[in-house]
Amino acid sequence: MELSALDRFLLARLADGLPITSRPYADLATSLGLGEEEVIARVGALIRDGTIRRFGVIVRHRELGYRANAMVVWDAPADRVDAAGRQLAELPYVTLAYRRPRRPPVWPYNLFCMIHGRDRGTVHDLVEEASNAAGLSDLPRAILFSQRCFKQRGARYDASAAPAMAFGAAS
Amino acid sequence: MDMETNTELNAFERRLLDEFQRDFPLTPSPYAELGRRLGVGEAHVIETLSRLQAQGLVSRIGAVVTPHRAGWSTLAAMSVPDDRLDDVAALVNGHPGVNHNYERDHALNLWFVVTGADRGGVADILADIEERTGLPVLDLPLEEAYRLDLGFSLQWN
Repeated sequence: MELSALDRFLLARLADGLPITSRPYADLATSLGLGEEEVIARVGALIRDGTIRRFGVIVRHRELGYRANAMVVWDAPADRVDAAGRQLAELPYVTLAYRRPRRPPVWPYNLFCMIHGRDRGTVHDLVEEASNAAGLSDLPRAILFSQRCFKQRGARYDASAAPAMAFGAAS
Repeated sequence: MDMETNTELNAFERRLLDEFQRDFPLTPSPYAELGRRLGVGEAHVIETLSRLQAQGLVSRIGAVVTPHRAGWSTLAAMSVPDDRLDDVAALVNGHPGVNHNYERDHALNLWFVVTGADRGGVADILADIEERTGLPVLDLPLEEAYRLDLGFSLQWN
């Protein structure tokens, strides 16, 4: 689906977050040369058509005490990977679950999920539980805990197309 | 901010962090609407959210875009010698299309997400990083999403 230039501007502007002000949509609208109602309607339309997956408070889990953040990966055969991925997705502590390509020999894994916990022991227990629940316990696996975070912010899909002023109010 | 500080968040702050991760109000004064639901005034909501953001607990009031709907993105990985990691991470961060960048404990120790207007734009960024660092970059684009970002349910103890 092709997004309009206007929608791209709006998403680029939203990448820095909705302003935390009394009339945030009006503030966004001003920077885009639109009306407040138009911005509200466009955001609503982008949510309804599935372009925006979720709209709301984005927390920093590390800062909230979730110090152990693991990317857990398995080398799952083609005839099992999708069923296992769907089972992982059902687990409340799995925040993301994806299939990605392998890059042998350096990267043999194709099934990815993210598990966050307050400490590594908790995460190791959850990984065992997830492996069993998704029928993955017999497969090669790796747990990649994050060490340092060099960057965490919203995606900018088309920053070059956005008006320069759109980035003036970054938090 | 450590776990002790985290538990010092009051009930109002916890609800602000927990209950508005999805379906943020599409009304002209959304923070007043949050206040109505939580039984406080708009000014208190705005003050508290601004402070939680300044403290680093809130990243933003944001829109999470469905992958490949508004452009292209990929997960990239590199194996970087320890003594070069800071410099390479900074070089990677220098690209505005990079929005997450983490050191992970693995031979592939630098993992980042690259976004761009289209697949070619993302490939150009990966090629630029390879050229400027002399290190290979693994390109691991999404093939299937079983679960997308739906927010983060906070357990307070």
